[in-house]
Amino acid sequence: MRKSWWKILCVCLLFYTVAGGLLFDMPAREILHETIRNMFFHVCMWFAMMILFTASVVYSVKYLRSQNLKHDIYAVNFAKTGILFALLGYATGAVWAKYTWTEYADDTQIFTEPKLTGAAVALLIYFAYLVLRGSLTDIDKKARIGAVYAIFAYAMLFPSIWILPRLMESLHPGKGGNPALNFRDSDDRIKMVFYPAIIGWTLLGVWITSLKIRFDLIKEKSLLNG
Amino acid sequence: MVKKIFLLFTCLYMALPEWVLAQTTDTEKQYTAFDMRHNGKIYVVVCVMLMILTGLILYLVRLDRKITKLEKENK
Repeated sequence: MRKSWWKILCVCLLFYTVAGGLLFDMPAREILHETIRNMFFHVCMWFAMMILFTASVVYSVKYLRSQNLKHDIYAVNFAKTGILFALLGYATGAVWAKYTWTEYADDTQIFTEPKLTGAAVALLIYFAYLVLRGSLTDIDKKARIGAVYAIFAYAMLFPSIWILPRLMESLHPGKGGNPALNFRDSDDRIKMVFYPAIIGWTLLGVWITSLKIRFDLIKEKSLLNG
Repeated sequence: MVKKIFLLFTCLYMALPEWVLAQTTDTEKQYTAFDMRHNGKIYVVVCVMLMILTGLILYLVRLDRKITKLEKENK
């Protein structure tokens, strides 16, 4: 095993997140009650996704500048792990919404929830990224078109999950600011666990990605050297 | 390095709950399952989640080792 300090940090932070996230006292919320603790799991999935997608787009640009296939392998694996985290975030969000929003909002309001629709659109765009790559057989063409598409997919994330849901009526928190990142807004007790949790989950994503990348590098060794 | 990180987290962990616990108000007791921490067997859930997390991380570590071995063989 390749030992790195950040892997140890990742494990420590995740254990802290689970134990602290479940056991520490949290501020009272009328609708959420104890489910406020989902902040350390559901919300962190999306933070990790955003960071992984950012890494993916950085490597896509790097690939376009250098035409080095290694960068393409980095980009696609970051995107894949990002999609995994997004799916987990979506699934956990569905459960969370089911037990909180349904208590005071009607079904139409939930089905037309802009944050859900936006996240679904963003996810579909990233699924299309994998489909697009899978449909091309020429390696250089696949890498180049994939890299260009990845930049557009990343650009589409912003209107679909950050901007549009905030302009419309939404049940989802996040209207009129950044509730999770606003230092004056959220409670200290949440922040104590929330920030370490973001780092922990993101590092886990990076760890998984690094394994996938190393595997791909072994698999494509002949291509990369030849 | 490892020792320092470990020490840091142990200190953080021990320092935390005291002042975190100190600021609970009556409203909060109304909306949150305050007693659950003591009577509701919440520790069981924490234990289960930590076990799952440990399992997943051990799996990742094993995978990491296998890939490192492959990398060495391929050199």
